[in-house]
Amino acid sequence: MANLKIGDKAINFTLIGTDSMKHSLSDYPDECAVVIFSCNHCPYVRAWEDRMVAIQADYASKGVHLIAINSNDAEHYPEDNFENMKARAKEKHFNFPYLRDEDQKVAKLYGAQRTPEVFVFDRDSKLRYHGAIDDNYDDPSAVKRHYLRNALDAIVGRTKPPVPETQPVGCTIKWKSN
Amino acid sequence: MGVRLETGKRRVTFLYWDECQSHDEALARLRKVLSEDRIDAQVEVVRVRSDEEANRLQFTGSPTILVDGRDIQATNTTHYGLSCRAYQLEDGRISPLPSEAMIRSALKRES
Repeated sequence: MANLKIGDKAINFTLIGTDSMKHSLSDYPDECAVVIFSCNHCPYVRAWEDRMVAIQADYASKGVHLIAINSNDAEHYPEDNFENMKARAKEKHFNFPYLRDEDQKVAKLYGAQRTPEVFVFDRDSKLRYHGAIDDNYDDPSAVKRHYLRNALDAIVGRTKPPVPETQPVGCTIKWKSN
Repeated sequence: MGVRLETGKRRVTFLYWDECQSHDEALARLRKVLSEDRIDAQVEVVRVRSDEEANRLQFTGSPTILVDGRDIQATNTTHYGLSCRAYQLEDGRISPLPSEAMIRSALKRES
């Protein structure tokens, strides 16, 4: 269970990105901020990555900002280390910041459990959607419920998302053992 | 591993780690292909519970399907452990699920 409930205020963070810049959630005070706990190695993330890029491209002009955060233990999952994050961001032409949560504090504060796991905040920094990107990780052409896109349409239109919460589907976040 | 049963049945080993949510669907997909193609197979379902077991079984991620001991999608990784498996599909996409075509092709291969 996430620590944040629908309607709760966002928890700010400042993390280093693959662009070597520090990024804070408060840097994105526009219409909507989409925080996605993500990573490199998880096949569910890899299945959804192109859709994340497409969503950012489609909604950028509406004041929507995606922010991806990798909190995984890179010692046991070296594919998730910062150098490999930089390579992935370049290879996939990420159009959003990809941040490293080295001490896993942000994931713990949010109560995130999976990758990908989405938290959408409105212009008042209130949580309006939490869960999965859509209902089909395996086949983008077979998606029936576009949870994230529907939530963004609602928030941008100043209404409530039709489905405010879904079960995140993906790999578990890889916690450090200490 | 790598030996056909005397009965002529294919020996299918389905290995999974229960934290990867695609394993139920992958097993259903395997059983569907076996049923549709009327393939006589002995399916062993193995739950991998620890990194030690993963190392012993040379488990590269969940789900893994072996047909007569041979992985349905060859991988050259030697990183064994509890993780989710990434399959490269026929169109180049990555998925946590093997495609039906991939399973079917492996079952039709000679061991």
